[in-house]
Amino acid sequence: MSNYQVDENGFYGEFGGAFIPELLYPNIAELKENYLQIEQSFDFQAEFQKLLKDYVGRPTPLFLAERLSEKYGAEIWLKREDLCHTGAHKVNNTIGQILLAQRLGKKRIIAETGAGQHGVATATVCALKGLECIVYMGEKDIQRQAPNVARMKMLGATVRPASSGSKTLKDATNEAMRDWINNPEDTHYIIGSVVGPHPYPDMVARYQAVISQEIKKQMEGLPDYVIACVGGGSNAMGAFYHFLDNKELQLIGVEAAGHGIESGKTAATLTLGTPGVLHASRSIMMQDQDGQVVEPHSISAGLDYPGIGPAHAWLKVSERAKYMAVTDAEALEAAVECSKLEGIIPALETAHAFSVLKDLKLKPTDRVVINLSGRGDKDMETYMRELKL
Amino acid sequence: MKNKLTKLFERKDRNLLNIFFTAGYPELEDTPVILKSLYDAGADLVEIGIPFSDPLADGPTIQESSKQALENGMSIQKLFDQLNQFRIQNSEFRIPILLMGYFNPIMQYGLEKFCKRCSEVGVDGLIIPDLPLEIYISHYQAVFKKYNLSNIFLVTPQTSTERILQIDEQSTGFIYAVSSASTTGSKSDFGSASLYLERLASLGLKTPILTGFNIKTAEDFQQACQYVNGAIIGSAFIKALQDDGKVESKTNQFVKSILS
Repeated sequence: MSNYQVDENGFYGEFGGAFIPELLYPNIAELKENYLQIEQSFDFQAEFQKLLKDYVGRPTPLFLAERLSEKYGAEIWLKREDLCHTGAHKVNNTIGQILLAQRLGKKRIIAETGAGQHGVATATVCALKGLECIVYMGEKDIQRQAPNVARMKMLGATVRPASSGSKTLKDATNEAMRDWINNPEDTHYIIGSVVGPHPYPDMVARYQAVISQEIKKQMEGLPDYVIACVGGGSNAMGAFYHFLDNKELQLIGVEAAGHGIESGKTAATLTLGTPGVLHASRSIMMQDQDGQVVEPHSISAGLDYPGIGPAHAWLKVSERAKYMAVTDAEALEAAVECSKLEGIIPALETAHAFSVLKDLKLKPTDRVVINLSGRGDKDMETYMRELKL
Repeated sequence: MKNKLTKLFERKDRNLLNIFFTAGYPELEDTPVILKSLYDAGADLVEIGIPFSDPLADGPTIQESSKQALENGMSIQKLFDQLNQFRIQNSEFRIPILLMGYFNPIMQYGLEKFCKRCSEVGVDGLIIPDLPLEIYISHYQAVFKKYNLSNIFLVTPQTSTERILQIDEQSTGFIYAVSSASTTGSKSDFGSASLYLERLASLGLKTPILTGFNIKTAEDFQQACQYVNGAIIGSAFIKALQDDGKVESKTNQFVKSILS
């Protein structure tokens, strides 16, 4: 078995596990006992693959970005997750989890969202399957992601504001977990990233692994680099998954430095963080010396999270992947560049991944895949304000 | 060796009142004042919450008190200093002290160092809601034993009988029976818990049981005590501390209102 996959106790090296309150024990036990069996069943796979193809629009294209390639002196390929139904990779996971929830007999779905993409993807699959949907979202994020809030409402979901703490993704996650504690029997919590207690990080990674599976098939031979942005890390884990054991290629995760690593206004978890337990898993997190969570900052609501999936913490510590941090300003610049050179406006999260191209010493023979995890429509208000459009 | 907690249940095994409060709330230096007042007013044991920025299993009242306490400057170090001072100044204080805290701050302090300090300042037991039984057994039980600390586990209406028996086996002190599937103080009444508590009582566990979550009044307390050894009150006491007046008198009044 690969050294980078989860072990039988739910750990990736020293990270992972299920540090759950007893109140959530039955829910997590039910998932742990069933998720692999359901995911590997013929019936599940048949429905999952059909929905990925006919509803999401998979496989998404792998596009050779010629003008970016010319500029950076290497072959730059874009994995077009922005072309997924709902506009981001998030829907791969929500389809997987809604099918799981149905097979577990759940009637009510809850989710947390930062930028709103996961909330929209959850609201979408709930509408598709006729299940009640409640999405927790930080008050601050509700304000900065108004179009996505409207989309969730139009899809029939209830959006509940999280008003504690930094009023962002971390707090929405706390509220969703509290809801689950209060409704243990009929509710499934669709976590949107490779975070949370085991088996979530593995489960979400498996549903997102379709990304790297397709890249591997679409590329003739292996690329030299796979680059993806990381908040919790689901799109990166999806893009890395089938390459983890191909050590000749470099995996690069890009996190949000906000105003700068040393500015105190940052979300660069792996650069600044230390090991700790947050949201029921042991990973690397931003915290003070007393173990209190430090409020993160990123211009991108989707990266504004003080933790990271345990698998990424392990990939960093074991040096299988390299993690870089990009500031708000650099991400904005990269978003403009991608838009003008390729005619693709990326999500602000994804723009972080593009920004590292300038820092890599690329050779003309290098083949680089960037996971274009989502489209920028949802961020137009921020782009308009920041770029004075 | 028995700690104050295990001795308590030998001395008195019915109608035990455990009051929870958050360290450093409402004011940073209120911890020792509340401790003393709870003892004077007749509480049987006390549970002190270590504030955490992200308290998953707590409802809004305790969450808000944690936030306020952190803003006041409360930390594990500060709490140990307060407890140490309190122990020196109050040699007559005999009731057990429990600390309730989330795992991350304790882990950052260092679990062994934390347990050592607990035993030095007179803490008898710990409630760490996000340290599950399995991880406790495989990694930390030996340290708890070394420092004579009871680890208090929670059970809920959803906990299977098999798991309750497993928890009973590993418990010292008492088992914390959460009265309903909920975060603290979030459900409106306690009444519906009777059937569940009756079922728990019928299992004939070796470990005493205290029940908590959503107990607010003398009536709730009496009702809980019909089935189990006593009850824990948290959110309702925190709310009482928000009233006007001196901390001592608010504490005294609250405990009297439950025990009357």
